[in-house]
Amino acid sequence: MDVAPLKILIADDNQSDRMILAAIVKKMGHETCAAGDGLEAIEQFKQHSPDIILLDVMMPNMDGQEAAVEIKKLAGEDMVPIIFLTSLQDASDLAACLDSGGDDFLSKPYSPVILQAKINAFSRMRRMNNTLQHQRNLIRENNEHMVHEQEVARAVYDNVAHSGCLNLPNLRHLLSPFSVFNGDVLLAARKPSGSLHLLLGDFTGHGLPAAIGAMPLAEIFYGMTAKGFAMAEILREINIKLKNILPVGYFCCACMVTLSFERKQIEVWMGGLPEYYLYRQDTKAIEKVVSTHLPLGVLSRDAFDATTEKFALNNGDKLYMWSDGIIEARNDEGDLFGEERLLDIFTKNTKPDELFDEIVSIVNDFSGESGKDDDTTVLEVTMVDEDEVGKVDIDLSSGAVTGPTDWCMTYTLRCDTLKTFNPLPVMLSILNDVPALRILSGQLYTLMAELFSNAFEHGVLGLSSGMKNSADGFAEYYKQRTIAMSEMIDGYVSFQFDLKPLENGGGQLLITVEDSGEGFDYKAREDKQFQAGGYSGRGIPLIRTISDSIEYHGKGNIVKVALSWEGLGAD
Amino acid sequence: MSIGSSVSGNELTVQIEGRFDFSAHQEFRDAYEKADPSIGKYVIDMGRATYLDSSALGMLLLLRDHAGGDNANVRITKCNQDVRKILTISNFEQLFTID
Repeated sequence: MDVAPLKILIADDNQSDRMILAAIVKKMGHETCAAGDGLEAIEQFKQHSPDIILLDVMMPNMDGQEAAVEIKKLAGEDMVPIIFLTSLQDASDLAACLDSGGDDFLSKPYSPVILQAKINAFSRMRRMNNTLQHQRNLIRENNEHMVHEQEVARAVYDNVAHSGCLNLPNLRHLLSPFSVFNGDVLLAARKPSGSLHLLLGDFTGHGLPAAIGAMPLAEIFYGMTAKGFAMAEILREINIKLKNILPVGYFCCACMVTLSFERKQIEVWMGGLPEYYLYRQDTKAIEKVVSTHLPLGVLSRDAFDATTEKFALNNGDKLYMWSDGIIEARNDEGDLFGEERLLDIFTKNTKPDELFDEIVSIVNDFSGESGKDDDTTVLEVTMVDEDEVGKVDIDLSSGAVTGPTDWCMTYTLRCDTLKTFNPLPVMLSILNDVPALRILSGQLYTLMAELFSNAFEHGVLGLSSGMKNSADGFAEYYKQRTIAMSEMIDGYVSFQFDLKPLENGGGQLLITVEDSGEGFDYKAREDKQFQAGGYSGRGIPLIRTISDSIEYHGKGNIVKVALSWEGLGAD
Repeated sequence: MSIGSSVSGNELTVQIEGRFDFSAHQEFRDAYEKADPSIGKYVIDMGRATYLDSSALGMLLLLRDHAGGDNANVRITKCNQDVRKILTISNFEQLFTID
């Protein structure tokens, strides 16, 4: 095999030996440089960086073995083959040469054929070593680049995927990333009404595909929640978005929850996740919440089912949500953590406030050093009064400065629209163009939601509000609501908004809601001042606290609510 | 993990053995993509499958897509308890015939 010309250092204290060797090597087509002892050899090495070194063992000043150690140190990662030149015959002496860092030896007298073969062999090894080093450096650079990119992307991802109001005092969560990008998504946001939307998602796989899907998911979740959309509409939108952008086979197991502090109720949609536990503080009992749906991003728009389940909660009741990582956590022996161990934590617990910490520490102890197979996300949600979590922040930074001040509109929803469409976001978006109403946005949402559900459920559908007095009746109420809605063939709800400026710089909004229902005996109720407790009562006391006045007209199917405000002042 | 397949008439049976996860990706795809185009029915035999993860669920969806999406005729058979549980949690019985 032809060898490209190499630079070869010949170190030998015997000048004639050195010249003979140099002649042979030059004849092979290589360049040479020469040294007369170990120190000179090191000096020459520093100056000329030779490819291969032929090194005499016994030399004055510094012998070959010492020089070899030094040269190997200087060469660092580069492969510089050292072939010892020796007249030694003793096996242990020859072995000592190799131990000091030599790669081979050549016995005197030199055989040009053997020398050439050895130079060729080491040249090949050197080239191979260079290639390896080059490729390793390339991989290292690429990897550093990729890790850096992922860290930047991760920072963006974390801002999107694990954000919102997860720091609310009634929420506790754990996120443990398995890879740079965690496949888990945990989102929390308040609705204008003050209710809380939560979404726990677990994308198929880890890393980039998971991260990419999380972006639109979070965007839709936050955007639509802030605009007051209901859970079913948000889920439909997320599902179709993921279905459209993710390749077949990639999807997001998810659970979305709406928690209403006011109604003391949670509404749950769950697809493709293990059972969740609803912990009742008074009885210490566990109710299981199971997935009834396919994951998000699997079904088409028409096939997607956004049916939810509702649960009444008392203050202190807790919902535990997790990704499958918790059940699939493995210990060093490869055993799964499993549902029994998880349930065990709940049955053995004596202090509900410490449940979350117990879950986290027991799962961590179990999986120990072996880490986890999957991303583990745990969220604890506690039902509390709204005072404990505070009011919703309203964004005043967008929208017109003055806004419309004197207008009137009527919006009538007929049968098919009532069945499928939630008119609240549209109406609120119009009302929110009035700056003063934007400040009242939370109250306004509550007001509109109450008025709409009264008109639709008690009016058009004719459901009795008394049913919602007990937890059982509460469930029955929603069952009947579904039936009544599917049987509905006509009916309407009509909203009229009349907004007028007042002389004090403020304004007044008069809302009139009329429905096609039978109405009710409001005169009898007015005497009792619409007192009602528990879950029911048409939310009239609530409407009263928000608005200036509420009056029923007609047969009880028309309600007028007035809401006024003072001027915003100079700022 | 290993994937086997056999054809009877226009029915393709794919047998899964061991852990059904991403490592089976290529083999599983080959099993149905390289099969005769006249295949109209698919059977996934889980008799010897010990476990499946979410990427396996993804692969089943890919097969369903290949087999005609909503009109696909795909049966998943002989699931052990663990496998069955994972399919149930994901509500895959809405998409596949599982027996």
